[in-house]
Amino acid sequence: MAKTPETEHPNKAFGWAARDKTGLLSPFHFSRRDNGENDVTVKILYCGVCHSDLHTIKNDWGFSYYPVVPGHEIVGIATKVGKNVTKFREGDRVGVGVITGSCQSCESCDQDLENYCPQMSFTYNSIGADGTKTYGGYSESIVVDQRFVLLFPEGLPSDSGAPLLCAGITVYSPMKYYGMTEPGKHLGVAGLGGLGHVAVKIGKAFGLKVTVISSSPSKEDEAINRLGADSFLVSSDSQKMKAAVATMDYIIDTVSAVHALFPLLGLLKVNGKLVTLGLPEKPLELPIFPLVLGRKMVGGSDIGGMKETQEMLDFCAKHNITADIELIKMDEINTAMERLAKSDVRYRFVIDVANSLSPPP
Amino acid sequence: MERLGEKYQSVEGFGWAARDSSGHLSPFVFSRRETGEEEVRVKVLYCGVCHSDLHCLKNEWHSSIYPLVPGHEIVGEVSEIGRKVSKFNIGDKIGVGCIVDSCRTCESCREDQENYCTKAVATYNGVHYDGTVNYGGYSDHIVVDERYAVKIPHTLPLASAAPLLCAGISMYSPMKYFGLAGPGKHIGIVGLGGLGHIGVRFAKAFGSKVTVVSSTAGKSKDALENFGADGFLVSTDEDQMQAAMGTMDGIIDTVSVSHSILPLVGLLKPNGKLILLGATDKPFDLHAFSLILGRKSIAGSAIGGIKETQEMINFAAEHGIKAEIETISMEYVNTAMDRLAKGDVRYRFVIDIANTLPATRP
Repeated sequence: MAKTPETEHPNKAFGWAARDKTGLLSPFHFSRRDNGENDVTVKILYCGVCHSDLHTIKNDWGFSYYPVVPGHEIVGIATKVGKNVTKFREGDRVGVGVITGSCQSCESCDQDLENYCPQMSFTYNSIGADGTKTYGGYSESIVVDQRFVLLFPEGLPSDSGAPLLCAGITVYSPMKYYGMTEPGKHLGVAGLGGLGHVAVKIGKAFGLKVTVISSSPSKEDEAINRLGADSFLVSSDSQKMKAAVATMDYIIDTVSAVHALFPLLGLLKVNGKLVTLGLPEKPLELPIFPLVLGRKMVGGSDIGGMKETQEMLDFCAKHNITADIELIKMDEINTAMERLAKSDVRYRFVIDVANSLSPPP
Repeated sequence: MERLGEKYQSVEGFGWAARDSSGHLSPFVFSRRETGEEEVRVKVLYCGVCHSDLHCLKNEWHSSIYPLVPGHEIVGEVSEIGRKVSKFNIGDKIGVGCIVDSCRTCESCREDQENYCTKAVATYNGVHYDGTVNYGGYSDHIVVDERYAVKIPHTLPLASAAPLLCAGISMYSPMKYFGLAGPGKHIGIVGLGGLGHIGVRFAKAFGSKVTVVSSTAGKSKDALENFGADGFLVSTDEDQMQAAMGTMDGIIDTVSVSHSILPLVGLLKPNGKLILLGATDKPFDLHAFSLILGRKSIAGSAIGGIKETQEMINFAAEHGIKAEIETISMEYVNTAMDRLAKGDVRYRFVIDIANTLPATRP
């Protein structure tokens, strides 16, 4: 008889899943593997709600395998550690991010770039090393190979630190890789959402001048007074956009919908770099003249490797960088998703899993 | 664009110009300025035919000023020098490329990247600071500020050196800047035309591994045997392209017609870079996933600064790198343009100006 999600592993598990592309999440019984020698079992305290969760439950990218239990910004407590596990002990506060598997032997893995391993597997909606589907953090607990578990630094709160596990590393990694860390240089952050607001904080911690570029004028006050941005550009204000032409050394573009690159490229100085992080379902238009006439570059980046993710958490703990969150209960998740689709969140929902996820009697 | 008038200047010039967007070239008498203190007068010996000449003649970029005398791959001999000139002497063989002036004060100019100066002045169809329109190298002589000319070492044959001034620097500059020049690097070169074939020769001289990606299977013999490429991929052969996925550190794309870049991004290794040189009329489709999964990037590049152009010329002389050319007479130029439009040239036309232009004078 074919294995079902409930029977394929020895241990009962409970979470919330989407069954189809309506994306409606509801209680879901499934199962998790035993804690192997290299594994850590994590009792989940909090899980951030990433826009990728929304894309996946709605099958926007066309590769969702239902039922989907999303969630890849997980913070919890290690309740079991396998006998080969050296980095963690029971009781440690740990995090699990976007990936939970890789081949561990290719060039990328050898360079601590598991995120670029061709056999990398995701925390949810992926096929894990044992050939079974992975289920994410909208659940009570998760079992993860120690290589993909992070130590949550002292002083970094579990709830507002959770989004760093995707949003944080997604902006931190390209900022390091593309050299956006020279104090005094000018960084533009396009889109002030989950990723954007963290990029502003990290940019300021690197000593950069930061300008937010946003389509929402109402976000200006917060951007400057709370997040610490130096200035704010409304992308539809053509006069201000024109005045800002050729003023930025780099741009982190976090906008997840299809949008125009031409005006953003114009903001860059010669040799400037724009890193695109959003994953729209349709292609973006890439105009050639701005690139050629100014030797400008558009690059991509995909989260970060495990070593760098730990480095990022430690950096954020040191600089008191956390996400601005709205804590929700598990049963509020569908409303949260609707609001997220309208960008109605300042700036990340985090599910209080431990206190609100209750299996049925 | 407002026509700035045929201002009479003191020295007669003769060349071939197009009068309208048909792009048809014919004899044209005009005038050039006196040689300024920091300028040199250059008797044009050879001028390469660049695809940009064709784009401009036909007003494809909607900025052509007629009459238009193209030509920015100019090799000639210095016939007169201004009194403050220190770089050159009469009789020197020099080259003039795509730009003949810039603002000289901005960050780009100060960093020897005059090609990125927003006020860079094009050798032809550009406007000199005195308001006159520049006429290019399809003519008997040119006047240029010494800063924007380069010396041609005597070991470089002049006719085949001409295309280096645009095609050559266009390939050399991004290979150096984007870290693709050297042993251990695998460069893909898309399009085996004027730029592509010189790029293969430079890349091999750098010690890089080179694979040519072309839609013309018939060019593989030249690519491998004549230019020294290590591999050749037919871009329309899906199996070949698939097998080569994830193998290149960088790709220089010289193709100037609209095409899909997604398969090219697929050829890149993680962290690989796709450098676009061709000025296409339509934007490209950018699939964000293709860059994100693999931390790849796409950049543009445009010729190079004057200092780097001289460096490139010297490098070419040292390594015996020249363009593969078809030398033509001035009269043949319209036919050459028709053939160029069809990609029918192996691999750059060069006009023998000194020997064939004078006879066309009416």
